[in-house]
Amino acid sequence: MTEIFGVPTQALFGQLLIGLINGSFYALLSLGLAVIFGLLNIINFTHGAQYMMGAFVAYLMLNKLGLGYWWALLLAPVVVGVTGVLIERLMLSRLYKLDHLYGLLLTFGLALIIQGLFRNEYGSSGQPYQMPGELTGAQNLGFMFLPNYRGWIIGASLLVCLATWYVIERTKLGSYLRAATENPQLVQAFGINVPLMITLTYGFGVALAAFAGVMAAPIYQVSPQMGADLIIVVFAVVVIGGMGSIMGAILTGFGLGLIEGLTKVFYPEASNIVIFVIMVIVLLIKPAGLFGVQK
Amino acid sequence: MRTTFKLAAWAAAAALACAGPAFAQVSDGVVKIGVMNDMSGLYADVTGPGSVVAAKMAIEDFGAARKGMKVEVVSADHQNKPDVGSTIARTWYDVDKVDAIFDVPTSSVALAISQLTREKGKAFINSGAATSDLTGKACSPNTIHWTYDTWMLANGTGSAIVKNGGDSWFFLTADYAFGHALERDTEAVVLKNGGKVLGKVRHPFPGSDFSSFLLQAQSSKAKIIGLANAGGDTINSIKQASEFGIVKGGQKLAGMLVFISDVHGLGLNTAQGLIYTETFYWDLNDQTRAWTKRFVAQNNNKYPTMVHAGVYSSVLHYLKAIEAAKTDDGTKVVAQMKAMPTDDPLFGKGSIRADGRKMHNAYLVEVKKPSESKGPYDYEKVLATIPAEQAFRPLNQGECPLVK
Repeated sequence: MTEIFGVPTQALFGQLLIGLINGSFYALLSLGLAVIFGLLNIINFTHGAQYMMGAFVAYLMLNKLGLGYWWALLLAPVVVGVTGVLIERLMLSRLYKLDHLYGLLLTFGLALIIQGLFRNEYGSSGQPYQMPGELTGAQNLGFMFLPNYRGWIIGASLLVCLATWYVIERTKLGSYLRAATENPQLVQAFGINVPLMITLTYGFGVALAAFAGVMAAPIYQVSPQMGADLIIVVFAVVVIGGMGSIMGAILTGFGLGLIEGLTKVFYPEASNIVIFVIMVIVLLIKPAGLFGVQK
Repeated sequence: MRTTFKLAAWAAAAALACAGPAFAQVSDGVVKIGVMNDMSGLYADVTGPGSVVAAKMAIEDFGAARKGMKVEVVSADHQNKPDVGSTIARTWYDVDKVDAIFDVPTSSVALAISQLTREKGKAFINSGAATSDLTGKACSPNTIHWTYDTWMLANGTGSAIVKNGGDSWFFLTADYAFGHALERDTEAVVLKNGGKVLGKVRHPFPGSDFSSFLLQAQSSKAKIIGLANAGGDTINSIKQASEFGIVKGGQKLAGMLVFISDVHGLGLNTAQGLIYTETFYWDLNDQTRAWTKRFVAQNNNKYPTMVHAGVYSSVLHYLKAIEAAKTDDGTKVVAQMKAMPTDDPLFGKGSIRADGRKMHNAYLVEVKKPSESKGPYDYEKVLATIPAEQAFRPLNQGECPLVK
């Protein structure tokens, strides 16, 4: 059996695949953040809490309404997206004229409140969520067993990420949105309802987070702090990819997932910090991020 | 002349009436108890607000009000960080005049607070942390280690599994003081009983995704994967292990530290068959059941873990010791606690050794199948009772400087 740096190649490929799966979560979440920041200039710290709300809505739908995973995948993003729209309409829209930092403070405070409320109600050990029957089981790929569900995660997130990128970068709707963020007054003068677009975009970013949350529910415990642990890493991913770049967020998400996977094989104790080390290096060399554009 | 005499007589009578029971030597007239633990993170269900409930129940049952002793409880969240815990403890001891600290899960925080308590001459009765170093290399005349420790877990669960044929192990360890201590103690037990350790991997604490480490464990082909972690980490490890077909592939998971709250979070479907050791289960006898009923009513319908039971038992004994010693000076009260035998409805009769180790029985339990569970939190069946002298590390093996 061939070995690379003392690790059998078979084991290595298994770890890389795991890294890719983690990368899918990073990509989905950083995509939502990149959309919200890149297009709206809002630093959305509530993203982690909205990811957690998506998972909880899926859990509640299953336990109170008897609606299964596939319904949750469709409806949870809508439900959480609507709460996002409400947040934007009632609170965030008042802060656009002020410094970015106020938006950050507001969303950070909201995140703490939401997490606290859920923890008060549900405790911290988390709730179990059954994996959908169609996706249980695993494929024997020779070098590892790939659980079907994990394979589904990679596929679904790739699909959603590419679809979002396509809509924003290649369609007319996306071009209106990009124009509206560059010069809102001019675009509004053309008769396009800019505030509505901004609200819906925020709602869409939030819905992406909730979608990731539903996908995470069967494999991680549905617990109130599932978002808090993830959000810091996701912010690092967005910063490395470049704050405004959609494709940058996607590629960096998958890429960093792979790097983290490799670190877990060779030096697991550092796997928590390797992403931040990379962030420091990237910021020193290219402050706008790998794919970002200096504004 | 007469009126002044009458006045003096009344004054003397009033003064005599005010002299209550001899708690005048209690500092500031108040016994202040601090319950510090993880209120918001991965150990919040194991300890958390439930420990404060347990402490208040102990004060009530001791009858502090009747006896004229003023007892106050304060609580704080140390967020599993030693620096946060130390800062809170320092403020408590120096500014808020707290006399004793209870609970403190997370071994790294516990070790820091044990050191600080010794410097300040207060009392530290730990119910939540695991590291056996608290009564070993790091023992102190101001610290008592109550509920359980890594040596007990390793010898209870570890030797039972090895004797049952689990002779090759792979460790998945939380990368901090507790995980290292548990891994060290369990490895010693495995090797002593003729087993082998095929590999170890350390995961960041707290972790969330264990798939990578579980994959390494799977490829090691060890018969037993020892989970040297706790709380939310254990729950996620077990959940993700079932995805990768680890148990189906013939390997077994050994949860080295599992609480009833973890089993509740996992659900019986996933947790059934898990074997672990603990020192308290709510359904052991009539006394534990009666206490649990009162606890549940005050704790949001969540049942007690052994840590909660330990906080109740330790606060009760602490107050009895203050009553006997007539002082709340930390070092003296701890000495008094070691001199008095313990007795409470949850752990029964026991004692505290010179190194600060509380002695009581341990129970090897297995998680029931869903079909065997007949009511809320009816999760465990007791496989064996390990008597106190065998459950905990022998006094002369701990390298504690207090033991001559």
